[in-house]
Amino acid sequence: MIEKPVINAAEAAKMVNEGDVVHVGGFLACGSPLGILAALAARGTKNLTLVCNDTAVLDEKNGRVTGVAPLVKNRQFRKMIISHIGTNPESQRQMNAGETEVVLVPQGTLAERVRAAGCGLGGILTATGLGTEVQEGKQVVQVQGRTFLVEEALPGDVALIKARKADKAGNLVYSKTARNFNPLMAMACKTVIVEAEEIVNIGEIDPDQVHTPSILVDYLVKA
Amino acid sequence: MIEYVESKENIARRIARIFKTGDVVNLGIGLPTLVANYVPPEVTVILQSENGLIGLGPAPEKGREDKDLTNAGAMPVTLLTGGAYFDSAMSFGIIRGGHVDCTVLGVLEVDQEGNLANYKIPGKMVPGMGGAMDLVAGSRVVVAATTHLEKTGGSKLKRRCSLPLTAEHGVDIVVTDVGYFEVKGSHFVLREYFEPYTPEWIVEHTDADVQVSPDCKPWRA
Repeated sequence: MIEKPVINAAEAAKMVNEGDVVHVGGFLACGSPLGILAALAARGTKNLTLVCNDTAVLDEKNGRVTGVAPLVKNRQFRKMIISHIGTNPESQRQMNAGETEVVLVPQGTLAERVRAAGCGLGGILTATGLGTEVQEGKQVVQVQGRTFLVEEALPGDVALIKARKADKAGNLVYSKTARNFNPLMAMACKTVIVEAEEIVNIGEIDPDQVHTPSILVDYLVKA
Repeated sequence: MIEYVESKENIARRIARIFKTGDVVNLGIGLPTLVANYVPPEVTVILQSENGLIGLGPAPEKGREDKDLTNAGAMPVTLLTGGAYFDSAMSFGIIRGGHVDCTVLGVLEVDQEGNLANYKIPGKMVPGMGGAMDLVAGSRVVVAATTHLEKTGGSKLKRRCSLPLTAEHGVDIVVTDVGYFEVKGSHFVLREYFEPYTPEWIVEHTDADVQVSPDCKPWRA
């Protein structure tokens, strides 16, 4: 198998260009690539579109600033496609002030739109969001006697994801609930950068235990 | 004269009695999370957490927290023996696919047509829907858990929600701290009243159409 380049967090951050659509794994920062995110915050790349479950926690008074929150505070995102912003008041403020475009997407729909992008599908049909603001501007179709919204695929330029373990070829194993959106995003983006807690030799991960196969991964960063 | 006293504990106690052994249940953040504390010992439910697990266990002992193991509110949790982890697509496939028997959610407003609003007060509080829209659309039974009256005295049960909806016609059961309601057609049916409240008091203090079921009975926590 071909080994993937192992780079550092700063080099990873450099691969994110101004204007890119960036998928970031994690659920309230559980399973987010914290080292790469810190480097991207330091680099300050602007006009990004964020695709992520949430805007993590920004609670400076109690010293809790997690996941993508520093990038939100830096105003690095032009647009956020996201299911939850309730634990980051700054993202709510930017939305209400019209400073950042925020598209709220039901969590299951977000997961499935990312999955669709990685699986060569144009989108998905779901009943979630029917009769709500989520329906606005979307096509409604009848299939097998049921009503669905058409939700389009959500591809990205760069995926920044987190794994418990990677082998040098890029086969990945996630840990517990830190898995969440990571394997979906690994399929949906042109460039996939993985922050792994441990990088082992090829052959050291049981092929039956691989969650994301190596061909989807471009670069490895040691956490 | 009955005076209203808020009791989240009574809401949680009553909802915990809805489940039967084998039910797969998702409990929302906040008040619904309390329900887990009151499930009778003879009933075994399987708790699902939408961030990617089934077999949710109690909070870990202090010092035994695992950064990779949380619930959907980012609180450290444990996994029961026989539980499983999965990604977000599988998690919401389980939810939308009808594999969750019951979901319990908090409420900003719930109306007599089963419409639920719980994710947004325009211009003020916009936390986002998270998994709530999928949970209401996909779960077989949806239970709305709410105190009966707002802090300002108005009823949380409405004729028609005024806030943006989380889902249309999704709610089956509403449990407040005064009674247990079913949504039937386009009104609430009061099935149980929680003493000291009476059916008359409940009808008077609910800003919606409430029919008192012919076999409506008292329930004591």
